Amino acid sequence: MKEQLNSIKDQAEKELSGITSIQELENIRVKYLGKKGELTSVLRGMGALSAEERPIIGQLANEVRSFLEEKLEAAKNELVSKERTARLEKEVIDVTIPGKVKALGKKHPLSIVLDEIKDVFIGMGYEIAEGPEVELDYYNFEALNIPKNHPARDVQDTFYINENMVLRTQTSPVQVRVMEQKKPPIKIICPGRVYRSDAVDATHSPVFHQVEGLVVDKGVTMGDLIGTLQVFAKSLFGENTKIRLRPHHFPFTEPSAEVDVSCWTCGGNGCRVCKGEGWIEILGAGMVHPKVLENCGIDPEVYSGFAFGLGVERTAMGRFNIDDLRLLYENDIRFLKQF
Amino acid sequence: MKVPLNWLNDYVDINVSPKEFADALTLSGSKVEGIEVQGEEISKVVVGKILSVEKHPDADKLQVTKVDIGSEIIQIVTGARNISVGDYIPVALHGSTLPGGKKITKGKLRGVESHGMMCSIAELELTKDDYPEAAEDGIFILDSDLPLGKDIKEVLGLNEKIVEFEITSNRPDCLSMVGIARETAVTFKTPLKKPEIKVKEEGDEASQYASVEIKDSDLCPRYAARIVKDVKIGPSPKWMKDRLKAAGVRPINNIVDITNYVMLELGQPMHAFDLENLQGKKIIVRRANDGEVIKTLDDQERKLDSSMLVIADAEKPVAVAGVMGGANSEVSETTKTILFESANFFGHSVRMTAKKLGMRTEASGRFEKGLDIENVVTAINRAVQLVEELGAGTVCKGVIDCYPIKNQPMNVNFRPEKINALLGTSIEAGEMVEIFKALELEVDEAGSSVKVPSFRPDIEREADLAEEVARFFGYNNIESTLLSGKSSTLGKKSFKQKVEDIVKNTMISCGMSETYTYSFTSPKVFDKINLPADSELRKAVVISNPLGEDYSIMRTTTIPDMLEVISRNYNRRIEEARLFEMSYIYIPESLPVDKLPTEKQVLTMGMYGNADFYDLKGVVEQLFQTLGISSYEFLPEKECLAFHPGRTAKILFNGQKVGMIGEIHPEVAENFEGPERTYVGVIEIEPLVSNANMTAKYRPLPKFPAVSRDIAMLVKDEVMVKQIEDIIKQRSSKILEEVKLFDVYKGKQVPEGMKSVAYSIAFRAEDRTLTDEEVNKVMEKILTGLKDNLGAQLRE
Ligand SMILES: [Zn+2]
Repeated sequence: MKEQLNSIKDQAEKELSGITSIQELENIRVKYLGKKGELTSVLRGMGALSAEERPIIGQLANEVRSFLEEKLEAAKNELVSKERTARLEKEVIDVTIPGKVKALGKKHPLSIVLDEIKDVFIGMGYEIAEGPEVELDYYNFEALNIPKNHPARDVQDTFYINENMVLRTQTSPVQVRVMEQKKPPIKIICPGRVYRSDAVDATHSPVFHQVEGLVVDKGVTMGDLIGTLQVFAKSLFGENTKIRLRPHHFPFTEPSAEVDVSCWTCGGNGCRVCKGEGWIEILGAGMVHPKVLENCGIDPEVYSGFAFGLGVERTAMGRFNIDDLRLLYENDIRFLKQF
Repeated sequence: MKVPLNWLNDYVDINVSPKEFADALTLSGSKVEGIEVQGEEISKVVVGKILSVEKHPDADKLQVTKVDIGSEIIQIVTGARNISVGDYIPVALHGSTLPGGKKITKGKLRGVESHGMMCSIAELELTKDDYPEAAEDGIFILDSDLPLGKDIKEVLGLNEKIVEFEITSNRPDCLSMVGIARETAVTFKTPLKKPEIKVKEEGDEASQYASVEIKDSDLCPRYAARIVKDVKIGPSPKWMKDRLKAAGVRPINNIVDITNYVMLELGQPMHAFDLENLQGKKIIVRRANDGEVIKTLDDQERKLDSSMLVIADAEKPVAVAGVMGGANSEVSETTKTILFESANFFGHSVRMTAKKLGMRTEASGRFEKGLDIENVVTAINRAVQLVEELGAGTVCKGVIDCYPIKNQPMNVNFRPEKINALLGTSIEAGEMVEIFKALELEVDEAGSSVKVPSFRPDIEREADLAEEVARFFGYNNIESTLLSGKSSTLGKKSFKQKVEDIVKNTMISCGMSETYTYSFTSPKVFDKINLPADSELRKAVVISNPLGEDYSIMRTTTIPDMLEVISRNYNRRIEEARLFEMSYIYIPESLPVDKLPTEKQVLTMGMYGNADFYDLKGVVEQLFQTLGISSYEFLPEKECLAFHPGRTAKILFNGQKVGMIGEIHPEVAENFEGPERTYVGVIEIEPLVSNANMTAKYRPLPKFPAVSRDIAMLVKDEVMVKQIEDIIKQRSSKILEEVKLFDVYKGKQVPEGMKSVAYSIAFRAEDRTLTDEEVNKVMEKILTGLKDNLGAQLRE
């Protein structure tokens, strides 16, 4: 019996070394270890053995069984791993084929700039105020210290609906509406659409967008205005941006300033973008004119404030290197997709 | 305002480069637009005299000349024909440069040496305007007897550096050399030297020659006149012509030039009348009569009305006050006696008159800003001083000065601490006073009030004084601060603004790109979108002075704008586009508009190419989901003629219409030359805001399994899946979890007029595992319902 067991062992080992599939492996398992398998039948004949032989043969039979089981397991593992390797080799894909993208839309460049500006000022404690685009002459002009026969009315090329109603030429009327309704402290920005009767060309549009800011409180100074605009310019155009104020005239602020930022292209050394100046004008600003405060029922002896405004189109064009304003309103999808 | 620096130097010493000058003035409030250096590009061009002219031996069209340039005699070959021996001409020597970067070097022309080039006016960048006698296309023949070899720039007065200023409307005083000089003096802290005005008078009193009467002093508070007799009209001296030219004014004759010179120097426009042509030797300042006519200096007949102020003689208007003189009293070669006018006119009236007549002139542009009433006599004295100095006539004694109501100088409160508080500075009171003094603002002894000179009407209150202090202290020297110590405020977006952001972001995540279109449009678009003639949407806010019909009404619908954008893209051969815009429509309460219209914010969506109704609907449903809006309905919309009657839905929130989406009617698509299958949707933003619910609450995850059943049925074509779903929902009580449509099929195996609809229905109970019997019972109810109500036939 001993020989029988050893020969089973050798034979099974031999057969296992030649197999190529799980099925063959299974056949071998059944052949030797199955209910009717060779090892099983040998074991069944153990009853005929003597009491001395039985434990010895029994032990040997168990050794052969576990040997076979181990071999079977190892062979199986090897087969599985081989088959997996073969499958992986077959499943090679071209990784340079483009991925599956769900196309996203794009935000309009004007919205991108508007949103950035809003974020900067919200971060500084401002709220966003809104007001009508079709506006009363009173709010657009008179309350802002631009009476009926003021020359500034000609300059602004206003669209009129009737004698008392205009398409707002600036977002400043929103400031007046807020000051009428709210007591200081006031800290708002007013983004919005404004209108001037300029013919359409590469730098003009009868419809454009502004963001104006207004702060009214006790003790607000021109230094505060400058500091605020510095923070704003750095946030929008980069940490190294400098600003420069030039005295100017606006009817609704006094003192008034035009504000330049150092050129975003050359950093101030002079280039084509800034026409060699090193500076680019982007803002108008000033201390709220005492007459405007009075018009809104705020005592200029107690309160002071500053206001500023900038053109969104101009800023967007600078930011994105857009050389023709008309592109912003043409909405060619190839243009829109670039931002 | 063009300021020649040599001229300005008469009134203030400028010891810095033009660039430094320009920068400093810009930062103190007089913005420099540009610096022009005359003849900047011209070098080594000198005066020469032609000694001989001979034919070129080998070229018919060339001549060989000998030219004396003072230091030597050089040979020049030229193709010009208009030269002859003895002519004085500009010679560009070897190594010279000309405008446009042109360089001249010696060389051989057809074998003959040439050591330079004779120049035409064009080559020196001069024009016939400057030199009317010069040849258009030949050599520029100069005046004789000029020093040979002299730099042509000196000869032609091309050494001027001209600074161009942009003067703001509140500072007409700076539209003058003296005004700019004053700003310069304060900026550089150097003295201002105003022109010394001394008049040498002779003979009779001016009042014996003429009289002045102001009838409408509301429009003309002051009128001054002077008489000059024995007038000798002729050209002005070279220095004056050069200055005028440098300042951009064309010299005409000595008298006209003097009026222009004084206007530029002192800022006061002036006029000269030929006294012989003034009937009754009278000046009457009055409103015109309606329909009165005057022929102005530019030879145009102008019809006047009673809102306009004129200068008249006893019979007729002789000038439109502050705008332009009349041809009937113009100074001419034969003029013997002149009446000079220097007056102050009410700015608004001049502006309106110039506007009405369509003739904005240099003078009207100045008067409309409001000029210094105290400058009137100074200017007229300056003018006759120049007349006398130039030998252009004899100045009669006295000024006829009509000044009915004297100007009262303005006093403004001055509190240095208030100014510092506004600016955020700590400037000494003394420093402020110094600035005011230099600006000719008088500070009273107490140092608490400032008397404003008549040339600064822009200074009305303390804030204006603060600006003067800040300008010369330097805006950029103010220390920047950040509202420290002021009340803090909370920056945030309102709920509405947040919803707007979500709408935009959802659109973008659905592949839609944002557009911006104009808010005004053409009334023609209503027909283009098949809007019925009686539609409320045709009632639009009309712009009274539009840029043209295409931009003449405020839009009441955004659909045409979206269609135009789509058409533009489509016609540029772009295969597909998905677009959206957040914008406003403007709905008037009544017409004509007397109240502000309602500005309604809308979301407009559009798509074409590789898109169908359900793509657009999916975007909208995605939006509703993101905003937490669950109770909405899409129902067929057949009434809107802009859309395909079978492929359009209105959107309802609780029965209220809030928008619609659909396929554009092929006829409308054609009207816009757009793609045939275009999908457009419009939704109002306000209902989105009021229905949005973004406060998510956690619900426990299910503990028991779901049971899912699939059913397929045949229904008539016209049955809408919503009807099927409604029945499924009604009949399945609380255990229904989800109804999912997974197939709608027509074609093979489905009879004509029918469609096959398949659903996967999921049931689940919160508290137990559902049994088959339970689910079967519900399915039974559903199927009966579908059969009874919709005639559905179950498919296996
Ligand atoms: Zn630059």
